[in-house]
Amino acid sequence: MKDVDKSFRKDTETEIPLREELQPRTVTAPDGQKIEIDPLQDYFCQEPPKVHKQSYLKIVEDFYNWARANSLWILGFGTGCGAIEMRPLMTPRFDAYRYGIQWRPTPRQANLLVISGYLSVKTLKRAIRAYEQMPSPKYVMGLGSCTINGGMYWDSYNTIKKLDEYLPVDLYIAGCMPRPEALLAGFMELKKKIRKGEGEGANKYAENFDWYKANQKSVIKDWDMPDYNW
Amino acid sequence: MMRDLYDHMKTRYRLGDLTEQRANLAFVDVAQDELRALLVELRDVHGFTHLVLLTAVDWIEEGRFQLTYMVNNRTANLTLGLRVYLDRKSPVGNTIHDLWPTAATYQRELREMFGISFPGSPRVDEEFILEGWTDMPPYRRDFDTLAYSQQTYAERGGRETHDPRDHMQKKLYPEGRP
Amino acid sequence: MTFEWIQIAYAALTLFIVINYGLIMTAVVRKIGARVGGRYGIPVWQNYIDLVKNFALRSKISHGVMFYLGPVFRLTGGIGLLLFVPTIYGSVMFQNFSFAGDLILALYFIFFGTLGMALGAGESGHPLAAIGVSRGLAQVTAAELPLALAVFAISLQYQTLNITEIVAAQQGSIFNWTLFTNPVATVAAMFAFVGTMMRSPFDVVIAPQEIPIGPPTEYHSAYLALMQTNRVLFPVAKVVIYMNLFFGGATNWAEFSIKVFSIYMVSVLIGVVHPRFRVEQSIRFFLKWGLPVGVLAILMV
Ligand code: SF4
Repeated sequence: MKDVDKSFRKDTETEIPLREELQPRTVTAPDGQKIEIDPLQDYFCQEPPKVHKQSYLKIVEDFYNWARANSLWILGFGTGCGAIEMRPLMTPRFDAYRYGIQWRPTPRQANLLVISGYLSVKTLKRAIRAYEQMPSPKYVMGLGSCTINGGMYWDSYNTIKKLDEYLPVDLYIAGCMPRPEALLAGFMELKKKIRKGEGEGANKYAENFDWYKANQKSVIKDWDMPDYNW
Repeated sequence: MMRDLYDHMKTRYRLGDLTEQRANLAFVDVAQDELRALLVELRDVHGFTHLVLLTAVDWIEEGRFQLTYMVNNRTANLTLGLRVYLDRKSPVGNTIHDLWPTAATYQRELREMFGISFPGSPRVDEEFILEGWTDMPPYRRDFDTLAYSQQTYAERGGRETHDPRDHMQKKLYPEGRP
Repeated sequence: MTFEWIQIAYAALTLFIVINYGLIMTAVVRKIGARVGGRYGIPVWQNYIDLVKNFALRSKISHGVMFYLGPVFRLTGGIGLLLFVPTIYGSVMFQNFSFAGDLILALYFIFFGTLGMALGAGESGHPLAAIGVSRGLAQVTAAELPLALAVFAISLQYQTLNITEIVAAQQGSIFNWTLFTNPVATVAAMFAFVGTMMRSPFDVVIAPQEIPIGPPTEYHSAYLALMQTNRVLFPVAKVVIYMNLFFGGATNWAEFSIKVFSIYMVSVLIGVVHPRFRVEQSIRFFLKWGLPVGVLAILMV
């Protein structure tokens, strides 16, 4: 692999201006009153995520974990090539429904975010938003070598190379592209983890929130959303 | 067919040589100021109604960009590529979004990826697929994408790359080539 | 009618039975659908797991009071519908709080849940939820028209607004059912039935592939669990009304479950063979076909 090229330096100076509708401004109301608006502060809630405790009783938590493991709802959000391998899971041949796996259309009802391939910076922004809107406990699965170390997009100017820098990943499935069988095996593995009580990605995210945010902001230059979207 | 058309047009336009790739595919260099007239005539008189693509090539050694307008005549199954050269220092193309509305999208992409501007094209200065891009346009050849990605994105260690040819040679003939 | 405290316990029991019945029935129906498609299908207890899971989620986000009340209203609609209709005819335990004129109340309750949902989803502030709700309300309104007309027709026919009496009039032989004594009204009501069961072809409002999922877009965890409960309770309650009005009611739980299942299957069968209608298409459909049949039913009585 080529070493870092010394002659080319990326531009780190230029700043992206905030989108116009997000800039702080003063609005004059019809009755002549002046109102200061800072959309990022006023329109969104700025509270960082909380670490959620487990139930007090071990047995209750175990029961909950069992239910969570057997009712994995996937957010129907596809990135990269891998999204195409998720569709066969619904067909008679693979039929993921029998394991309690379902696809949900909104992040609010999903527990599992499958990052199904390379993430460009633009998509990463959406993926982060979607992840943060999911109710905890939530899980992230990275599919394919692109999410692990960049895969064949290792030298691309616009895709991230290591997903766990930006989101707390519970499980990777290797392959380019992982077959649906591999996906099913991954789901089974994830179920085992959840049942053992190791699926605490959301809490990990909340604990290391600043680190994750710093990483995310280092690649997403036009950060035009609140720090935590929910 | 192509040859006839070329000879017919040659009398009135400053055209370069005709490069015939196949019987129904040919390329020709045209002058930038005549491009529009030529496209209109091809579209309205000679039946080249479909704009297949509009793309650019960065000839960094020669200091110029090449724009390729590919138009297609469906009934006669002919494809003609018109090549226009722009100065690399200040590349300004002529917008043709009023001839083919799809061209506006191509021009937006070229603006973002190569930094070629097309004054008058709708929404040409808005972001197209990159968001918050601050560096030089990434398809220019002096943009080093590997260096950029190494300076920007976190990497996971332990990555190995094999040249497929060497790898297979070593595997098949471990003692060197027979 | 006298009121006794024990009735509350009985009503709770009815509710319990019906919810479990609904949970299992919807799962079985999905399973049948899967089997028809050559899949193994979900386990029949999947609905229970989903319920527990949704209650077990840790973070809940509220968007205001109405956001809470949306699912609650919805569930109230379902429970109310169930409780004011005699579930089992002739049984002291399960005839619930039916009284004279309950038919009108039932009609109201069918609508109540959707209205509550509209308020809740509006509060969530999600634009897609608002679109979904307005589409849902439009469609439900159009679909209810034939039902209302059919209900008028049969209340004229039996000269009463009391569901118990209507059921009583249908006892004896299968040919006493409204299905046979007043087929036109039944047909009109069945239009409304398939229209409000939220199954294809009239489920564009909540279909996951459409504007994401319509009203419940923002609902999650316990709110969603409440709505799930209602999702299984409400169809059963609605089917109970239809069973009482048109199919002779039920005199015991076995008859109840068989009848409910088969009436439910009507909408399922129609659903699996038809693609989805868009909202304006389905409204037009109800006004064009459902409404005339309803009017005809009134005229024939
Ligand atoms: S790992 Fe392979 S298949 Fe998956 S997104 Fe990357 S290139 Fe595509």
